[in-house]
Amino acid sequence: MSFGHLPYDVAHLLGGGVLLLSFVLLYQRRIGAVINAFAMQGTLLALAAAWQGYVQGAPGLYLTAVLALAAKGVLIPLALHAIVRRLDLHRTVETALGIGPSLVAGVGLVGLAILVVLPATEGARALAREDLALALSVVLLGMLMMISRRNAISQVIGLLSLENGLILAAIGVAGMPLVVELSTAALVLMVAVVAAVFAFQIRERFDTLDTHHLEEHRGERR
Amino acid sequence: MAAIWSVLAQLLHIALILAAAPLLTGVVRWLKARMMGRRGPHPLQPVRDLTKLLRKRPVLAENASAISRAAPYVAVGAAMAAAALVPSFARGMVFAPLADLILVAGLLAVGRVAMALAGMDVGTQFGGLGAAREMSFAAIAEPALVIAALTLAILAGTTNLDAIAGAFREGGLGLRVSLGLALVALLAVAVAENARIPVDNPATHLELTMVHEAMILEASGRHLALWDYAAMLRLTLWLALLAAVFLPFGQAPSGSAPHVWVVGLLAWVVKMGGLALALAGFESAIAKMRVFRVPEFLGAALLLGLLGAVYLFVSTGLS
Amino acid sequence: MLTVLVLLVGALAALGGAAMPLARSAAGARLVHAGCVAAGVVLAAGGLAGLLGGPAALELPFGPPWGPARLALDALSSWFLLPLGIAVACASLFALGGVHGAVPARELVPWPLFVAGMALTLLAADGFTLLLGFEAMSLASWVLVAHDHAQAENRRAARIYLVFAGFGGLALILACGLMAGGAGDVAFAAFRDAPPEGWRAAAVLALVLAGAGSKAGLAPLHVWLPLAHPAAPSHVSAVMSGAMTKVALYVLARFVFDLMGPAQPFWLGAPLIALGAASAVIGALRANLEEDTKTLLACSTIENVGLIAIGLGLALAFRGADLPALAALAAGAALLHVLNHAVFKTLLFLAAGEVLHGALSRRIDRLGGLIHRMPWTAWAALAGVAAAAALPPLSGFASEWLLLQALLSAWRVGDLAFQMGAAAATALAALATALAAAAMVRFWGLVFLGRPRTPRAAGAEESGGAVRIALVVPAVLTVLLGLVPGLMLDLAEPALRLMAGAAAPRADLLAVGAAEGGARYWPILVAALVAAAIGLVVWLVRRRAPAGVARGPAWDCGFMAPPHHLPFGDPATQPSAAGFGQPLRRMLGESLLAAREGVAMPPPGDTRPAVLESGFHDPALAALEGPLPRWREALATQAEKLRDLSIRQCLGLTFGAVVLMLALLAWLEGR
Repeated sequence: MSFGHLPYDVAHLLGGGVLLLSFVLLYQRRIGAVINAFAMQGTLLALAAAWQGYVQGAPGLYLTAVLALAAKGVLIPLALHAIVRRLDLHRTVETALGIGPSLVAGVGLVGLAILVVLPATEGARALAREDLALALSVVLLGMLMMISRRNAISQVIGLLSLENGLILAAIGVAGMPLVVELSTAALVLMVAVVAAVFAFQIRERFDTLDTHHLEEHRGERR
Repeated sequence: MAAIWSVLAQLLHIALILAAAPLLTGVVRWLKARMMGRRGPHPLQPVRDLTKLLRKRPVLAENASAISRAAPYVAVGAAMAAAALVPSFARGMVFAPLADLILVAGLLAVGRVAMALAGMDVGTQFGGLGAAREMSFAAIAEPALVIAALTLAILAGTTNLDAIAGAFREGGLGLRVSLGLALVALLAVAVAENARIPVDNPATHLELTMVHEAMILEASGRHLALWDYAAMLRLTLWLALLAAVFLPFGQAPSGSAPHVWVVGLLAWVVKMGGLALALAGFESAIAKMRVFRVPEFLGAALLLGLLGAVYLFVSTGLS
Repeated sequence: MLTVLVLLVGALAALGGAAMPLARSAAGARLVHAGCVAAGVVLAAGGLAGLLGGPAALELPFGPPWGPARLALDALSSWFLLPLGIAVACASLFALGGVHGAVPARELVPWPLFVAGMALTLLAADGFTLLLGFEAMSLASWVLVAHDHAQAENRRAARIYLVFAGFGGLALILACGLMAGGAGDVAFAAFRDAPPEGWRAAAVLALVLAGAGSKAGLAPLHVWLPLAHPAAPSHVSAVMSGAMTKVALYVLARFVFDLMGPAQPFWLGAPLIALGAASAVIGALRANLEEDTKTLLACSTIENVGLIAIGLGLALAFRGADLPALAALAAGAALLHVLNHAVFKTLLFLAAGEVLHGALSRRIDRLGGLIHRMPWTAWAALAGVAAAAALPPLSGFASEWLLLQALLSAWRVGDLAFQMGAAAATALAALATALAAAAMVRFWGLVFLGRPRTPRAAGAEESGGAVRIALVVPAVLTVLLGLVPGLMLDLAEPALRLMAGAAAPRADLLAVGAAEGGARYWPILVAALVAAAIGLVVWLVRRRAPAGVARGPAWDCGFMAPPHHLPFGDPATQPSAAGFGQPLRRMLGESLLAAREGVAMPPPGDTRPAVLESGFHDPALAALEGPLPRWREALATQAEKLRDLSIRQCLGLTFGAVVLMLALLAWLEGR
C-alpha cells in the first residue's frame, strides 16, 4: 500500500488534517476558536478511526470513532464553552511563548518526531510508520501547548489534544486491543475532569485561571 | 502546424488574460455586494472606470521625479509579462519554456518594487508607510511561495509551471498531505500579494490600515488607471496560477488544434468563476486582521509549507 | 600571463613605496590611482586569459628560508581575479576623480599594497605565500580603516577589525599546519597528495571557516564588518565589500574544494549551509534597520556572502553525495554570485561615496530627494539596487535563481535530516532575498526620492568626469551580466570542473538551466518580453490618453502646504530611516536582533516632548564583548532559579528532557 492507493491516501490525509489542527490550536489567540479547533480535531480523529475500521475490517474501531466523535467532537467542547461562559473568562489566550516562536518550535518538533520514528520502525508498513510519526508529532505539539500557554483551559486542551495523538497512534496499528485504547481514553478523561474541577477551585479562590498566580501561594518565597 | 497553434494559443491567452482582468475584478465585487445584500455595481464597472481615468490628465506633485511617471508602466509591463507566462486553457503555448514559477515571483517583485518606489517618490507619510509595510509583508510571503514551489518542484521535477500543470494533469500523485499544505501556503501568499481581506482591504481608504492603496494615493489620471489595471492583472494571474496547478482538469494538451481549445476555454471560465465565487465568499465571511497579525498569518503559511515539504521527504523516502 | 601578474604584484608593492613622496601633490596622488586603475584592468584581463588558456605555475627564485615561493594561476583563481580586477579598476577610477589636492600618505600608501595583497592571495600556490598575501591584505586594509582615527567610533572599528584579522590569520596558520601534517611541506601540491580525513578534515574545515569565514563576514564572526567597512574611504569600502570578502571566499573554496580532496563526506557542506543561511538572514535584516548608508550596504554584503556560502556548501554536499551535475549547478550559482555581487556592491558603495561627497552625509535621515540634484548617481545606483533586490532581468536575479534551483534540488542528497535542513535553508535564503529587496528599496527610496531632509541635501552637487565613468561602468556591467549569465557560466566551466568534478549545467548564450529536463531561465527573452509589454502599454496609453501631465502641490491626503520658513516642507513629515524599518523591526527584529521600541514619557506637568526611541543590538557583538563574566553570572542565576520553579516550568523541564532524549535517540539511530 503506498501513494496512489485510495486507502493510503485518505488515511494519510486524515492524519495530516489532525496534525494541521494541532498547529491551528497553537496559532489561535481566542479561547473560543481554540475550543472549536479542538472540536474539529476530535471530529477528524473520529473520521480517521472510522476509515481505519473500514480499511482494516475491525469493527472495534467504529466504536472508537463514535466515542471520539461524541466525547471530543461534541461533549467536551460544549462543556468547555460552558465553562468559559460561566466563569466569564478572558477571551484571549495568554501565552508564555509567543505565537510565532511556538509555531517554529512546533515545526522543529515535527521534524524531530519524524527523525525518531522512521529509523526506529524500519521494516514496518509505510502507512504505520507515517501514522506513528504523525501521532508522535501531535503528542509533542500537545505537550508544547501545555507549557506555552498560561490559561488553565488551554492547558487542559493541550492535554486532550495530546491524547488525540495517542489515539491516532493506536488506530494506525492493526490489532491494538480495544481495551488498551479505552483505558487510555478513560484515564485521560479522568485527568481532564480532575483538571476541570481544579480549574473551578482555582477560579473560586484566586479569581483567575492564570496558573501564574498560583506561584505566589507556594509558601516558599515571597 | 503545432508551432503555429502554440503561437496562436499564446496570443489568445494574452488577449484572454488582458480582457479577463477587469471583468474578474468586477465580478468579484458584484458577487461580494450580492452576498452582503447590496445590489452592487455592474460587473463591467471596472472597465468603465479605467476608460474614464485614461481620458484624464494626471496631476503630479511639483517634486515628483521621473519615477512617478515611469513606475506605473513598469508595474503593468511586469504584470503583463508574468500573466503571459501562467498557463490558462492550454498547455504548451509558445512561452511555456519561459514559464518558471520563480521567474513569475521575480516579475511580481519588479511590480512591487516599482510601486513602493512610486509611493516614496513625493515624500509623503502614507506613501512611505505603505511602501515599508508592503516590502515587509512581501519579505515573509516570498519564502512561503518558494517553499510551496519546493513541494511542487519535488513532485513535478521542475519549477516550470507548464510542466507542473502537465504533471498534475496526468495525475498519479494521489491525495497528499504535502500538496494540501502547499495549497494552504500558496493561498495565503495569494491573499497577501493581492491585498485582499484579511491582509488588506481593497475597498477601503482608511489611512492607518491600508497597505496597497497607500502607495498610489498621489497617482491620478492614466497613472491611476495603470496602477488599478496592474492590480487586476495580478489578481487574475494568481487565480489562473492556482487553477493551473491545483485544478488542472480540462486543459487542452500541448500542440492541440483550436477545436480542442473550446473545452479548455470552457473549463478555464468555470474554474475562474468558481475561484471568484470562493474569493467573494471568503472575503464577505471574515474580517480584516490587525496589521501586525499579518506577519503571523504569513509566517504560519510559511511553516505549513515547510511541514508539507518535510512530509514529502518522508513519503518519497518511504516509497 | 602568470608572469605578467606576478610582475604586477611587484609593481603594485613598489607603487605603494613610491606613494609616500607622491602623496604630497595632487598629480602624484592621481598617478598612484591611475596606476591602480591599470592594475585592475590587467588583473581582470589576467583572469579572462587564465580561464580561456590553461593553468600555469611558477616558482620564484626567492621566498621563505626553506624553499622557493610557489605561485600558480588555475581556473579557480582566474575566476576570482575577475571581480577583483573590476572592483579595483572602478574604485581607483572613482578615487582618481576625487583627488583635489594632496592626499594624506596614510590613505594613499596602503591602497596599492592592499590590492597587491589580494592579488598575491589569489596567485599563491603554497601555504606561506597564501598567508603572506592574506596578512598583507588585512594589515593594509586595517590602516585604511583607521585612516580617520580622530573619531572614537573609527578607532573602535579599527581595534575590533585588528582583533578579528589577527584571529583569522591565526586560524588559517593552524589550518595550514594541520594540512601539512608531520612532513611540514606547505606546498599546495603536498596538501593535495595527503588530503585530511575524519576528524582532521572536520578540524581543517572549522579552522578555515573561522579564518576565511570571519574575513568574508560569515555569522557569527560578521560583527566587525558593518563597523570597519564604512569607516574606510568610500573607494576602499567598495573594494573591501566587493573584492576582499571574495578573496576570503576564494581561500575557503580553495581549501574545501581543492586542497582537501574530492573524497569528503556530504555532511561537510552542512556547516557552510547553516552558517550561510544565518549570515544571509542576519545581514539582510540588519540592512533594514541600519540608518547609515554605508553600514547598510556592508550588512547587505553579509547577506550576499551568506548566499554564496550556501551555494558553496550545497556544492560540497552534492559532490560528497556523488551528484556531480548538481554540484556544478550549486558551484556555478556561487561563482556567478561572486562576480555579480562584486560588481553591483562596488557600484553601490561608490554611489554612497558620491552621495557622501555631494551631500556631505552618510546618514539617511540627512539625505533625500537626491535624484533631482544627482541624476547620474541616482540612476546608476538604481541598476545596482535592482540587482541587489534580485529583480529580473538584472544580474542578482540570475545567480539567485540558480541558487534557488540548487536549493530546490537539495532533497536529492537523500539523507532525511539533511533534506529537512536544506528545506529550512531554502526558506531562509528566500527570506533573505526578499529582505534584501526591502532593504534596497529603503536605501534608494529614502536617499534619492522624497524631499531633501536637510538644506545640504537640497544643495547637493554631483561630480562629473572620472567619478561619473566609475559609476556608469559597473552599472552597465550589472545589466550586461544579468543578460548573459549563460555566457559567464560557460566561461567559468574550467573552475566548475575543478570544484565539482563535472561539466557545468547546460548553458548557452540565451539561457541557464537547472538540470537536464529541469527549469530554465532565459534572461534576454524575459527582458525582451517585459520590454515588449511595456512598449505595448505605452503605445496603447498614448493612443487613448491625453499627453503630458499637470503639476501641482502634493496632495498628501489633503494636508496643508508647509509654511514659508520650510521651503522643502517639514522634513519630519516624511518617513525616516527608523520609521521605514519599523514593520520589520517589530516582525523579526525583536526576536532575532533584540530590537526594542519605547516611549519616554515625561511626567505630567513637564513640557518636554515624549520621545520614541528604537534600536537593536546584534547578539553576536554583545556575546563577544566580555561574555565570560556574564555567562558565569547567568549560570549561577539559572541554577538559583531552579529551586522555585512554577508548575508550568517544572512541566517544561520534563518536556525538555523528553525532547532531548528523543533527539539523542535520533542521533544514535542515525549513526
